[in-house]
Amino acid sequence: MAAIAGIGTLLKENEPSILREWVDLQLADGSRRALLSEAEVNEQSRAFLASLSGAWQKNNDDAMSGNDWDDVRASLSELSKNRAHAGFSPSETATFVFSLKGAMFAALRRAHATDAKRLNADILLASEVLDKLGLVTVEAHQRGREQVILRQQHELLELSTPVIKLWDGIVAVPLIGTLDSERTQVVMEGLLEAIVSKEATIAIIDITGVPTVDTLVAQHLLKTVAAARLMGADCIISGIRPQIAQTIVHLGVDLGDVATKSSLADALKMALAKRGLRIGAATAAA
Amino acid sequence: MQEQIPILKLGKFLLVTIQVELHDQLTLRLQDDLTNMLATSGASGVLIDISALEIVDSFIGRSLAHIAAVARVMGATTVLVGMQPAVAITLVELGLSMKGMRTALNVDMGMRRLREPERQEMLHLAPDQPL
Repeated sequence: MAAIAGIGTLLKENEPSILREWVDLQLADGSRRALLSEAEVNEQSRAFLASLSGAWQKNNDDAMSGNDWDDVRASLSELSKNRAHAGFSPSETATFVFSLKGAMFAALRRAHATDAKRLNADILLASEVLDKLGLVTVEAHQRGREQVILRQQHELLELSTPVIKLWDGIVAVPLIGTLDSERTQVVMEGLLEAIVSKEATIAIIDITGVPTVDTLVAQHLLKTVAAARLMGADCIISGIRPQIAQTIVHLGVDLGDVATKSSLADALKMALAKRGLRIGAATAAA
Repeated sequence: MQEQIPILKLGKFLLVTIQVELHDQLTLRLQDDLTNMLATSGASGVLIDISALEIVDSFIGRSLAHIAAVARVMGATTVLVGMQPAVAITLVELGLSMKGMRTALNVDMGMRRLREPERQEMLHLAPDQPL
């Protein structure tokens, strides 16, 4: 155990030289230079090395427990997460910790040049600790990437399903992108909520932005229509392109008695007619 | 057995507001009461308000459809009003889309639908009139 305390003190004493070597090692790996400036690498390494040597000096057990080690892990996780967001690969992120090995081992070799046994023990311990920290980096990197993916998925779902009020009692959902069951659920919920809040009696579902309509998509559409009808709103499906009309007939999809129109404008006209309204010229013809 | 859903007579329509959780016994009793009431009052329309209903199962869904069918046979139109979005989604997922059942967003709109059945019908038949 005294050996680890020794490493802590050694780190503290040799901090400037270890830092210099470490930064050189990191910069030698040229792949990261475009994403990170030398000053940034220097600053991050200095802060990390200071907290590492501090933790090592205070808590000299190799289980790496205690507040100081927690701080080291937390700051390392934060750093790895930020790098993940910035687009670093896992190995590039992990190199941050692993390249410290070379610098540290060199310092240990200089300190225990005469004591081979001590050198061996210290290197083994230092290696163990750095490996654990390396795993922390990789895990944090992974988590960071997963967060990005989750956020994007969420944004995609939200983005793709706006419900628009076209007129008193008429709402429309322009669907863009492929309709799977998860998106249908979101669309359905959004549409039904809008029907309640806007007191709509007619809902137009525009599928101009839906690239393909197969039997599954048609089924999802019909489900949405049925749910809207249960709420007391009639549905019109608009934006049926010629190819899609052909596909629907070809597949034998039965759209039942759902009104369909080729364009949103036609659907709006139909919706207005159902509500007993009409659009006329603002001025009488001369 | 003491529980009962009140059926109110409103002009020539009957108004049923379901304010408690529907259990199977209550649903069966409602069916009986409503058919009796239809026979004695000679009402031409039934308005069922389910805005307070938050949980449905296939039995309740089927019962509502059943009530509507019975009313239709007895010469009255049924309008189901105030369905919650979650309930609508559940019924569709259960495969009960209640084709042929009239629906409306709230009691006000339901009343309007009951009062103008002919006009609604006409518009349904000819929705495509030129503007």
